[in-house]
Amino acid sequence: MPKGGHLSEALNFFLYDVPKIYFLLLIIVFVVALVRTFLPPERIRKILSHENEFLGNISAAALGIFTPFCTCSAIPLFIGMLESGVPLGVTMSFLVSSPTINEVALILLWGLFGWKVAVVYILSGMLIATLSGFIIGRLKMEKEVEPFVYNIKPVWEKEESISWRGRFEYALEYVREIFSQVWFYVLIGVAIGALIHGYVPVEMVARYAGNQNPFAVLIAVVIGVPLYSNAAGTIPIVQALMEKGLALGTTLAFMMAVTGLSLPEFIILRKVLKPKLLLTFFGTVALGIVLIGYLFNFIF
Amino acid sequence: MEIKILGPGCPNCQDLERRVKQALQELKIEATVTKVADYAEIGKYVMMTPGVVINEKVKHSGKPLPRVDQIKSWILEEK
Repeated sequence: MPKGGHLSEALNFFLYDVPKIYFLLLIIVFVVALVRTFLPPERIRKILSHENEFLGNISAAALGIFTPFCTCSAIPLFIGMLESGVPLGVTMSFLVSSPTINEVALILLWGLFGWKVAVVYILSGMLIATLSGFIIGRLKMEKEVEPFVYNIKPVWEKEESISWRGRFEYALEYVREIFSQVWFYVLIGVAIGALIHGYVPVEMVARYAGNQNPFAVLIAVVIGVPLYSNAAGTIPIVQALMEKGLALGTTLAFMMAVTGLSLPEFIILRKVLKPKLLLTFFGTVALGIVLIGYLFNFIF
Repeated sequence: MEIKILGPGCPNCQDLERRVKQALQELKIEATVTKVADYAEIGKYVMMTPGVVINEKVKHSGKPLPRVDQIKSWILEEK
């Protein structure tokens, strides 16, 4: 193929994907932010403190989808939940699901891989969050939380009511903030993805990271951990690699490692969790991600 | 007046601090601005960071960050 063929292929990919992702980003972040105005932390706390524990794990995993904060902002909520009697395992489900299933990652998955992969991603993320929280709940590790967490006497104010106008304003402001944070990473990510799309030969990726390589999932998780919070830049590159033969399970495992497991998160969580619980937490989640990766490579 | 900025020191908290200081400057009001990074202390007030507490009253928690005009109105309320 002549060199012009590669270039036009790369350009096509770039010009088609960037507007599509920006469009999805604006619409979906707006909708998610609007839903979030119905789920202030006080309400999340109430929902999770009523139910039986396994249902609690599932709803914590589901609520985590709409509250995609980084771990540093999730910790006060974690404290608040434990204070009000939400079981430890349920709060753990929330701590897994909240960063792992985030809206930016979902939008990119939807825009680049199609809705099926996005749904598979949500379901596997929820599965890992639910089960790892459930397992930690069974291990009775309440003593492995730093004691100060249980000794805070909160002075939270009552839930404020919010008008529809307020909800829309909140959602618009949120869209503006997210967009200004990620638009550039999306651009760079898609540009690199476009180059891979146009220039990297299929055999190369398939040989090193395809279904035949039994270590591909493990390696993908290890590489994914330090790429924290850069889902916007990472996913377009991964998509291009998948077209060149990266297996679906490996791809999913990699993205979950990027969003759900990270070193800064580890360091911040150490402030509220003792080492034993912290390691159990990360171990269970990492194991879950790796298993999901192999499962999907096995099925597809 | 005592203003507390609650947050572990992430870029959002720093941005919020800048906005609070700008609001004070524009209003020409003096206040003690303290940064609170200790989770034991943050956990007393809010469940989402970053947060703003003025004279022990929680004015804001979480993202998106409040605009400078919004912060000004809180300061005037507590004046």
